Amino acid sequence: MSNDAPVGAASAPAAGLHEVILEMRHITKEFPGVKALSDVDMTVRRGEIHAICGENGAGKSTLMKVLSGVHPHGSYTGEILWNGHPAQFSTIRDSEHAGIVIIHQELALIPELSIAENIFLGNEQTRRGAIDWVLTQRRAAELLERVGLFEDPMTKVKDIGVGKQQLVEIAKALSKDVQLLILDEPTAALNESDSQHLLQIMDGLRGRGVTCIMISHKLNEIEQISDAITIIRDGRSIETLRVREDGVDENRIIRGMVGRDLESRFPEHTPHIGEVFFEVDNWRVQHPVRADRLVVKDASFFVRHGEIVGFAGLMGAGRTELMRSIFGRSYGTVLAGRILKDGKELHLKHVRDAIEAGLAYVTEDRKTLGLNLLDDIKRTTVSAKLSRITDGLVINESEEFRFAEQYRKELRTKTPTVEEGVSKLSGGNQQKVVLAKWLFTEPDLLILDEPTRGIDVGAKYEIYGIIQRLADQGKGVVVVSSELPELLGLADRIYTIAEGAITGCLDKGEADQESLMRLMTKNTTRTQANAVS
Amino acid sequence: MNIVRKIFGGDIRQLGMVAALVVLIVYFQIKTGGLTLDPNNVNNIIQGNAYILVLAIGMVLVIIAGHIDLSVGSVSAFVGIVVAIAIRDWSLPWPLGILLGLALGALVGVWQGFWVARVGIPAFIVTLAGMLFFRGANQYVGKSNTVPVPDGFQVIGSGSLPEVGPNTGYNNLTVLLGILGCVAIVYGALRSRARLKKIGAQVEESWAMWTRLALICVAILGAMFLIASGRKGFPVSGLILVVLVLVYGFVTSKTILGRHIYAVGGNRHAAELSGVKSRQINFFVMANMAVLAALAGMMFVARSTASGPFDGVGWELDAIAAVFIGGAAVTGGVGTVVGSIVGGLVMAVLNNGLQLEGVGADATQMIKGLVLLIAVAFDVYNKSQGRPSIIGLFLRNRDRNRADGPGEQTAIAEENPAESEVRSTSSTIRSDG
Repeated sequence: MSNDAPVGAASAPAAGLHEVILEMRHITKEFPGVKALSDVDMTVRRGEIHAICGENGAGKSTLMKVLSGVHPHGSYTGEILWNGHPAQFSTIRDSEHAGIVIIHQELALIPELSIAENIFLGNEQTRRGAIDWVLTQRRAAELLERVGLFEDPMTKVKDIGVGKQQLVEIAKALSKDVQLLILDEPTAALNESDSQHLLQIMDGLRGRGVTCIMISHKLNEIEQISDAITIIRDGRSIETLRVREDGVDENRIIRGMVGRDLESRFPEHTPHIGEVFFEVDNWRVQHPVRADRLVVKDASFFVRHGEIVGFAGLMGAGRTELMRSIFGRSYGTVLAGRILKDGKELHLKHVRDAIEAGLAYVTEDRKTLGLNLLDDIKRTTVSAKLSRITDGLVINESEEFRFAEQYRKELRTKTPTVEEGVSKLSGGNQQKVVLAKWLFTEPDLLILDEPTRGIDVGAKYEIYGIIQRLADQGKGVVVVSSELPELLGLADRIYTIAEGAITGCLDKGEADQESLMRLMTKNTTRTQANAVS
Repeated sequence: MNIVRKIFGGDIRQLGMVAALVVLIVYFQIKTGGLTLDPNNVNNIIQGNAYILVLAIGMVLVIIAGHIDLSVGSVSAFVGIVVAIAIRDWSLPWPLGILLGLALGALVGVWQGFWVARVGIPAFIVTLAGMLFFRGANQYVGKSNTVPVPDGFQVIGSGSLPEVGPNTGYNNLTVLLGILGCVAIVYGALRSRARLKKIGAQVEESWAMWTRLALICVAILGAMFLIASGRKGFPVSGLILVVLVLVYGFVTSKTILGRHIYAVGGNRHAAELSGVKSRQINFFVMANMAVLAALAGMMFVARSTASGPFDGVGWELDAIAAVFIGGAAVTGGVGTVVGSIVGGLVMAVLNNGLQLEGVGADATQMIKGLVLLIAVAFDVYNKSQGRPSIIGLFLRNRDRNRADGPGEQTAIAEENPAESEVRSTSSTIRSDG
């Protein structure tokens, strides 16, 4: 192994076919109460594109944060060997200094500054203490050429699209003599042609000896470009596949990602399914800011009384956007489509209309969208339908107390009193309070978006029980979830959604993780591209 | 300590500002040799600050909703001059002049509410523009002159309850007002206790309730008898203030509108997803503020017998200071009407006491600035310790028996960082582009 300061592209791929640039050994990272990573191993060879696959929450991002020093040395156990030497990164700056650059999903560019300024932010090209604009522009232009972006370096970043911004990020990384580039979901926000362009650039970087680690959900892209794939499941590294040698295809990756048995994590339940009462018909929604993007593409689905309907889709597939646009148009612009309840068309122009019509939506983002953390349990419980406890003008506080107590007992929320502030509750109990708030509105259709996110296993079981009881009362329940086992265990019927379109509907009997994952990763962009433009 | 906590409920810190007010009064009473609690001086404090406290009521709603209003002083001055001129030049009867002023305030409120709620310009900017515009409008309309108002109009600023009934040596109406107030408070407390008992909620021990009620009644009756023993009765401006405190205290704590104001300020997105029409709420608080600013402006003109070009300069800052001393949060969602009044009174007593002592305006300003800073710093410190704010929760929690356990704050620490990580990635996908 030669460790003689291989700087950037200077180290040619010829340096040895199987030379290892990075080795992570027995990495274990615990957060209070949760083991995010457990004994993870990963070996990356120089000059390869190494993909990391796993379900949401499997620990991919945590692993990359350990590598890049976001979680500093000492906060995890295990060993990182960088170019054969133990590395101890305490900050991102340390890892960047060593030649590791991470590009996050949320781009860290400053919109109001030019491309050139962004590339050299924190690394300004100066001469005698003042910024040398000629040098800045010339070097920026060189870097842009390397990533195939032909824009004036003085263009403001806000004036170029997301795809090009992604390239600017890469140019910025290259300006730092990067050896290992980590891309977190680089194509998640890009359309098909931008994605392909980005993959080409990555291929070009590989040719120059830059090693890439790529986190992605798009299995077809991974199959297309990567040399090796490490699969992470439940915080453990399951296997590392060599794409060429092992003859890997999408099915093989899926099997690795989901390959676990369903434990009995669900209460026993016999469904009592009635008639269809809620239908959505050819629902089309446009992105709230970008008029050229459809986030929901002609989605149609229905819900029966007493039925638990699952919605499976990867992050960004448009699940939340679909549900929120139905729930009183609280997201995006609805371009077309109808909502029918009990055969009658509903016109829901505001969330309040939706509540009046018997709809309830429990958000996936409890703290930002679901709760006023300044309130107590009592006030939160009644907050979505105050009119129910108001006599004339006055809120009847004893009724408020009575209902809060009733739901506390019904949902078994653990709290000293209903006057406790919601910010003091644990995740599971907060979720129960949010559920109470929506049950208080007496809905016929409950839409639950990631109802068990960030909740421990015991509380999950209780929440599943609550969902089943609601269905048994004849309500329709829609459960959106990233966790396939959860949907398979809970739902009577599962829709899959990919890139804004519903790609399938499977009954409980015919659904399994592989079939769902296949439908969830189905590429609809090409067929839909014409409809968009 | 435990006894005090039982009597007042909640955390002892929540009483900080009330205690500070009492301490201030006692201190100045001793320092000034009894001048502070002289009936005339008490009347003076009320009349000289009623208009700021009226502004503070409107301001606390604005601040709870997460905004700020810098224009109140200029709006007050603008309404004041228009009303004064209307009464003098168009010989408008003064009661109609008051109505005109309120209508004008409403118009200004609609204007500012439109920009904040409909167009979505931050209230800071809209009201900064309003501050400039209406100051200029005041001087344009009044040609920078001072315009006097008639005696009838002056009642709302410097009038007092008249002498009626037998000569008791006290102002009878003032004493009656105090007695009525005590009866209402005792009745309200008993009724809410009965209702809580009926639904099986835990109620406080009765001795604690009675001690609290007794203390409150002694305070009210004491103040009323003190005022009634003076040359004049309770000031009309004070009466207006009491009515407004009751109305707005009721609206903020007992009505849907009030709940929605707190909801919008606490978490606008969550409120909207719960069916709150946040635009309407924003519009209401801005419009309401302007109406109260109009009223405050007229009360001031009435007290100073004329409207001038420099009325209302700096009032917005006094009102905002009162609200923050009273426990409101800059980020919105927290604050009470009564807290803001207490905050305003702390400033008023401080001002008055220092004046009586002969401290100059320069030093007074410096002291007031420090008081504001320290009061809010104390609040911030308490919150960083995970405790409720001093007064922000004072009256909201008064009737509660909190199970104050030592392990109360631990749940926050249990938050799962892996969870927040997942959430942050999902939100970026949604907000891309």
